[in-house]
Amino acid sequence: MFALLLLVIPILTAVAVLFVPERTIRTCAFLGSLVAAGVAILAAISFGGWGNGGWGLEYSTPLLPLYGIHLSLGVDSVALLLVLLTAGLMPLAILGSWSGIQHRIREYYTWLLVLSAAMTGVFLARDLLVFYVCFEFTLVPMYFLIAIYGSSNRAWASLKFFIYTFLGSLLALAGLLYVAWAAASHLGEWTFSIPALSDFASAGLTSTEQTWILAALLAGFAVKIPLFPVHTWLPLAHTEAPTAGSVILAGVLLKLGTYGIYRFVLPMVPAAVVEWAPFLAVLAIIGILYAALICWVQTDVKKLVAYSSVSHLGFCVLGLLALNPLGMQGSVLYMINHGLSTGALFFLIGMMYERYHTRDMGQIGGLARVMPVWSFFMVFFVLASVGLPGLNGFVSEFLCLMGTFAAGSTGAYPGLLGPWFAAVAALGMIFAAMYLLIMVGKVVFGPVREPANERGPLPADLNLREIIVLVPLAVGCVYLGVQPDVAMHAMEGAIRDTLAIYPDLAGSVHDMLASTGAEP
Amino acid sequence: MMDRIWFLLPELIMLTGAVVCAVSGLSRDVGVRRALPGIAIITLILAYAASGFVYEMPSDEASVGDAAAVFPWLARMMIPIASVVGVVLVLVQSGFVDRSYEDAVAAGRLQFDPLRSNRGEFWSFFLLSLGGLMLTSSASDLIWLFLALELTSLPTYVMVAIGRKDRVAQEAAMKYFFLGAMAAAILLLGFGLLYGATGTMNFAEMRDVLSARAGETGSIGSLATIGLLMSVLGVAYKLAAAPMHLYAADVYDGAAAPVTAFLGFVPKAAGAVGLMLLLSITGWTESGGSLPPAVLVTLWVIAVMTMTLGNIGALLQDRVKRMLGYSSISHSGYILIGIIAGPGAGYSAVLIYLLAYGLGNTATFAVLASLRSGGQELERVDDLAGLRERHPGLAWAMAISAGSLLGFPPLFGFWGKLLLFIAGVASGHLLIVIIAGINSAISAWYYLRLVALPLTGQGEGAGVTVERSSSVGPRYAAILTCVALILGPLLLMPMLDEADHAITQTTSVSEE
Repeated sequence: MFALLLLVIPILTAVAVLFVPERTIRTCAFLGSLVAAGVAILAAISFGGWGNGGWGLEYSTPLLPLYGIHLSLGVDSVALLLVLLTAGLMPLAILGSWSGIQHRIREYYTWLLVLSAAMTGVFLARDLLVFYVCFEFTLVPMYFLIAIYGSSNRAWASLKFFIYTFLGSLLALAGLLYVAWAAASHLGEWTFSIPALSDFASAGLTSTEQTWILAALLAGFAVKIPLFPVHTWLPLAHTEAPTAGSVILAGVLLKLGTYGIYRFVLPMVPAAVVEWAPFLAVLAIIGILYAALICWVQTDVKKLVAYSSVSHLGFCVLGLLALNPLGMQGSVLYMINHGLSTGALFFLIGMMYERYHTRDMGQIGGLARVMPVWSFFMVFFVLASVGLPGLNGFVSEFLCLMGTFAAGSTGAYPGLLGPWFAAVAALGMIFAAMYLLIMVGKVVFGPVREPANERGPLPADLNLREIIVLVPLAVGCVYLGVQPDVAMHAMEGAIRDTLAIYPDLAGSVHDMLASTGAEP
Repeated sequence: MMDRIWFLLPELIMLTGAVVCAVSGLSRDVGVRRALPGIAIITLILAYAASGFVYEMPSDEASVGDAAAVFPWLARMMIPIASVVGVVLVLVQSGFVDRSYEDAVAAGRLQFDPLRSNRGEFWSFFLLSLGGLMLTSSASDLIWLFLALELTSLPTYVMVAIGRKDRVAQEAAMKYFFLGAMAAAILLLGFGLLYGATGTMNFAEMRDVLSARAGETGSIGSLATIGLLMSVLGVAYKLAAAPMHLYAADVYDGAAAPVTAFLGFVPKAAGAVGLMLLLSITGWTESGGSLPPAVLVTLWVIAVMTMTLGNIGALLQDRVKRMLGYSSISHSGYILIGIIAGPGAGYSAVLIYLLAYGLGNTATFAVLASLRSGGQELERVDDLAGLRERHPGLAWAMAISAGSLLGFPPLFGFWGKLLLFIAGVASGHLLIVIIAGINSAISAWYYLRLVALPLTGQGEGAGVTVERSSSVGPRYAAILTCVALILGPLLLMPMLDEADHAITQTTSVSEE
């Protein structure tokens, strides 16, 4: 029942926002998202699968029985963590756009709430079509958020965003339909239940079929993550999107791609994953390094953070492909950490932009003197993002790399990657420190430089509302930095379940490849 | 013979309605002339009710048994679809024929002259064409099928010509007519060859002959194959499928928007149904059989060409009706996937897709019909920019219908497309489904213009003032269809059962 509530509350709030008086729109949206966050926390408390795996919060009702399509909801612990992230970021996103959005407010909050329902739906789905409908529907609100409230190049950015992801997910749909059909002809009746299809596909499909399905699924998920070389829509979309749009885009939407890999690719096509993991890992590493180098030469702060997302999500993919608990826990943790720290960075850039109407590092500098509170948070979240030990980014990045490093052997942590993959990827951490610290050096420290633009009605430094937006994120960063084992323990069981089909497989294929002399 | 008459009750109602419209259009009383759309709607509702009546409550069991042996049950599904879309089409077209003439009469500037009035004929042709669609779906032999297809098409030529009083419309009508005549000739030639190959006109008997031949020699014979291919080409014209699609863009652009809405659905639906019936003679039923390879390959190529050419064509257009014309070509390509997937899942997907597409397509034209710019129809896509600022409802209607045509969840169009894709994959045609997926992504490019310009665009760039047209019908039609596109998926389950039932009945005829 919790699952249905999580889905329905944002939608009801969105409908309410359409009809309440103009002055109360923001309050209404904010309260609705708070209620949704509260329900998410209650759901998490009632969830029995922390640590030991399995599904919870289940709900099911038939939609199209002829094809075995059900409105079937449920979560494992990884999905629930991401639901919590979504529900937690939403009130902040609404609070964060309080003064930034001045026209067409009603539509803005409606789209934001609808978006949160669709994202929650993706994580809650246990039926393939429910997943697909929600996955696809996230495009619509995001499209409008960019196309209506974006900056100057918004039309092109929203179009590119839409077409890239739409094409990708249609190809993924074709692959998933093939799996469903193969299962139907094998089992004798149609089913779209994700666990049932995963069970069937992992054992019942030949490796050629698995390879094609891997390609189809990746077409959908790689675009969303985004993986090199299909990442080009992201910096554009991020730069043009309004602040809350960027926060949600970086915080949750990108994770739909990695979550798709976790939920579909890994359980459905193990043979193909084992065969192609090194290749995909190379793509992820290229993404890490290439995007990091691009960040280095950016002058637009927002674009810099956008490209850093491409780089950071590369670690996430690497951790998943390590195919061992270490890397995977790191990867899921990274999804959450990246949501917190990058989300906060986008908030901070939005706050700066509201005051100076520019994001150009060449025009702004030394803000530590003008906006000390803002500067404190900026430095704090940059350090979290860079991976300073003690803050959250370090733990997850380290775990991803550890997993990748250990994945070379067939011992306790089998896998197909290895020290070289980890070593090259680790360069990305160094680059990250460079470009982010250079950015901080220019914007926060040094001589004061303020553009001549007219300043908004906002006070020089952050006001209380803005601080309230940032504090929960900062607390989350510290908490997950010093107590990562809470989250790691919580997701342990689910990850063990997912990897259950892998250890032997990974080891044996590795041996096989080694014996034929081919380098994996 | 008595049975057939009984089952033709809906079509007879349509015919009666057409006659009533033709006569009352000549009345000197303006009230009677204004009531014509109402008469058309009542006729359609009666036809709908009658279709339920004749199929669900037969006079006695035996006659239904006899009738089922010679009579496809496709009509059981198609008549309700045609009536529902028909009612919306009536709303779209209400009050636009002879508008200036009627205005002049109302103002007392002109004396009403029955010889100059077109309204009665227009509505009567409207009902005849829809009646033709219904007849097509109940065809059981070649002659019936040909006559029904022509009954669907012929009135549309006239409707294009009288819908709009300018040279462009006349040109469109002539082009449509001559190319249509050519397609009819190809169709007839194909039918002739089929008759030569089988010695019968009746579908069930043809099926027996061809199945027997296929059983002996392994193929249905070259004469029958050529005949079938030519018939497919002839029907492709009704569907606006490549290579018989070339007229579509010009005709859709030339005709008045309300008439284009009609052209986008009725002949296409008749073509799709006609194709199902024609292919049934190869013994291709739900319970087994397969298409001759030559026909399958031809359909496959036609489907891919149709969707690709349609989408690329639409991508290049600046004129809104031309763009929608090309996009409707691409939808024929998607429909052909269902035909290739075959009886059963494929055909029921086609029927549901026809409804989803018909509603979506009608909605876009309803919006266009509700708008005027300087007394004329909107011409360019860019004219829609900033529509939201003055007519938010119409802007949203445009966005929703474009989203449904694009196949975006959770709108009706998505479920239609999904069923087509499932049927395609299930019949082993994964490649064509992937091609259709890529095509859908291409179509996103131009459908998004229809979403983005009205909702996010700025009005000042376009340089035209858009005002609402004086008739309210199209606006109601736009609202109704959009509600249907949003809520339609809720009815998917019963509709699917119904379609499944109708197709099982139709394709199992030969076994009885």
